[in-house]
Amino acid sequence: MKGYDMIELAGRNLRQSKLRNGLTTVGISVGVASLVAMLSLGVGLQQMATRRLTGSGLFDTVFVTSKQDYRGFDRDEDRKTPHPENAPILDEPARGKISHLANVTEVEPEIRVIGEILYGGQTHFGFVTGLPMSARENEAFDTLQGRFFSSDEADEVILLRDFAKELNDQDPKSLIGQEVILRYGERQALAPDNSDRPQLSGGQNNAADSDDSFGFSVVRKTQKVKVVGIIDEEPYGGMRTVSRGRIFLPVGTTERLSMAQTSDARGVLGGGGNKIYMTLTVRVKDPGKVAAVQDTINQMGFRTFSILDATKSLRRFFTVLDLFLGIFGSLALAVATLAIINTLVMAVLERRREIGVMKAIGASDVDVKKLFFTEAGAMGLFGGLLGIGLGFAIGKAINFGTGVYLRNHQLPAESVWVLPPWLIAAAIGFSILVSLLAGLYPASRAARLDPVQTLKYE
Amino acid sequence: MTSSSTGVTKSAIRTNKVCRYYPMGNSVIRAVDGVSLAIERGEFVALLGQSGSGKSTLLNLLAGLDRPTSGSVVVQGRDLATLLSEELAQYRRNVVGMVFQSFHLISSMTITENVELPMRFAEMERAQRAQRVRESLERVGLSHRLEHRPSELSGGEQQRVSLARALANAPSLLLADEPTGNLDSHTGEDILGLIRDLSLSLGMTVVMVTHERALAERFAQRLIFLADGKLVSEEVRA
Repeated sequence: MKGYDMIELAGRNLRQSKLRNGLTTVGISVGVASLVAMLSLGVGLQQMATRRLTGSGLFDTVFVTSKQDYRGFDRDEDRKTPHPENAPILDEPARGKISHLANVTEVEPEIRVIGEILYGGQTHFGFVTGLPMSARENEAFDTLQGRFFSSDEADEVILLRDFAKELNDQDPKSLIGQEVILRYGERQALAPDNSDRPQLSGGQNNAADSDDSFGFSVVRKTQKVKVVGIIDEEPYGGMRTVSRGRIFLPVGTTERLSMAQTSDARGVLGGGGNKIYMTLTVRVKDPGKVAAVQDTINQMGFRTFSILDATKSLRRFFTVLDLFLGIFGSLALAVATLAIINTLVMAVLERRREIGVMKAIGASDVDVKKLFFTEAGAMGLFGGLLGIGLGFAIGKAINFGTGVYLRNHQLPAESVWVLPPWLIAAAIGFSILVSLLAGLYPASRAARLDPVQTLKYE
Repeated sequence: MTSSSTGVTKSAIRTNKVCRYYPMGNSVIRAVDGVSLAIERGEFVALLGQSGSGKSTLLNLLAGLDRPTSGSVVVQGRDLATLLSEELAQYRRNVVGMVFQSFHLISSMTITENVELPMRFAEMERAQRAQRVRESLERVGLSHRLEHRPSELSGGEQQRVSLARALANAPSLLLADEPTGNLDSHTGEDILGLIRDLSLSLGMTVVMVTHERALAERFAQRLIFLADGKLVSEEVRA
């Protein structure tokens, strides 16, 4: 029998017992809704946790240092490095190479220098750090007063609230929009020194150089900057070098102003006069890609660090959570499966004569089996669609209730229930699959009916 | 006496010592017991006998609804006993048309849908089906009742619909199990007249089970008498 004929006949048969088939379909929909509600809750919680962690800016980040630097994150590893002096240095070409790696979205140096703000005739000391534009997504900026930097090289500054209070205790917010003067040390390269003083050598770069006369001086400079925002807490949860500042500039601005850092001295000693980075912060497209990027950078000869293990544990936790939520959600669907079996077995009993007639006029066992399968599948499809709608309504109610609860506790509302498109497709597919499995027994029972007996019986 | 010796190549149906036994408790019911017969193409044959004589069982064997315990049932050169279940369904779909005493129409379907059903199983295209349904119902004089349901028709009309359904896939063999059993004598005669006319015009072989000898003598070309599952006699009509 052709597919459309099968569907047409199945639809006609289902319409014959509207109430019974309708109730069975509602039963399936309750099962699907329960499954969808549970799994969507798991997805929502996972997304919320991931959002929080991504917001912290730590879980999608790889910190890169040179193995020449003995002050790495993993001191044990340093001891294992056979010839650290031969390890590649973290310079501009290395930065460029890393930024072109797959899944890398941003490579920025960790710049943290001493600076001063001149305001109201007074000087206020504080650490100045450079923030990349991606820092906007950091949760510290969720409660930003004012706005974020307009560009990566804007002469704009964001202040930590404590520091802003130091500038204006009464009304720190009034600083937003005002210009202040930033005082800092600028790195200025010196002209080559060709005097006859003894030359030192060491490390691969120096050994290759014929001239050790690199150097720079630090010159006091000032720059007018506009206060554009105030944040309450340190970005990146205070976990990064750039977190530990009170005055935040765009990282491009700090580089443009050639702010002198301690790593500059390292560049003079081992970088052949080139700019050397102590640490580069590599931002990866999503936390799942961190391991691959980390491996690639390790293969380039650099030392890397990420909080990958923590994300692994987190993924494991949510996998287990989803599994349990899925099992609980499936219980209702299991009950619905019994309802499908019952409905179809009843249909087989009621339609014995009809099945016998169909066989007598040419239906094969396979036709009869397919017809019952189609009926089961149709109930699964409609139950699944209805279940998605019901599950969606339950989810909206959960989100609404959670929002009210959180607001009552002075917390921002969160979507703890999320229904992704893949779950919609999976739930409908699962509903159809379960219905077809439930239809196995009734369908084979119908197909096995002996037409002679059924026609004689009637 | 049997007709197994007559025209083997011409025969539309040939059975050879066909048996159908049913176990019942510790005993065995010999519903059909070693029947050998041959029916020629286009022939109208009536199977007669008392209740339990095995005529309906023999008809079911010819229809491919049942399988013989032993012996063979050869229709158009194919031994039904050796066919697979799917092949038997195909045989019932394409070669056989069946008419029953209690019509066996599907009450939830309209007349059109009932007649269309065998064509669905034969995977016929919709447009062709619609035309065939019209033709079949016109042939039995019910072209004005297309959208009626069986319950809205008289017994005679229902049997006509049953006949139209049997003709839907243009079978070469029409098997009728007590087609007049639920009809009054006048309507019964009409139905058998119709079957005979169709047999003649379409060249169909007809095997009819009946216990009404008078009707059988009037319409059938040959009468075959069964008793206790055995073929006991034959009578050829002019």
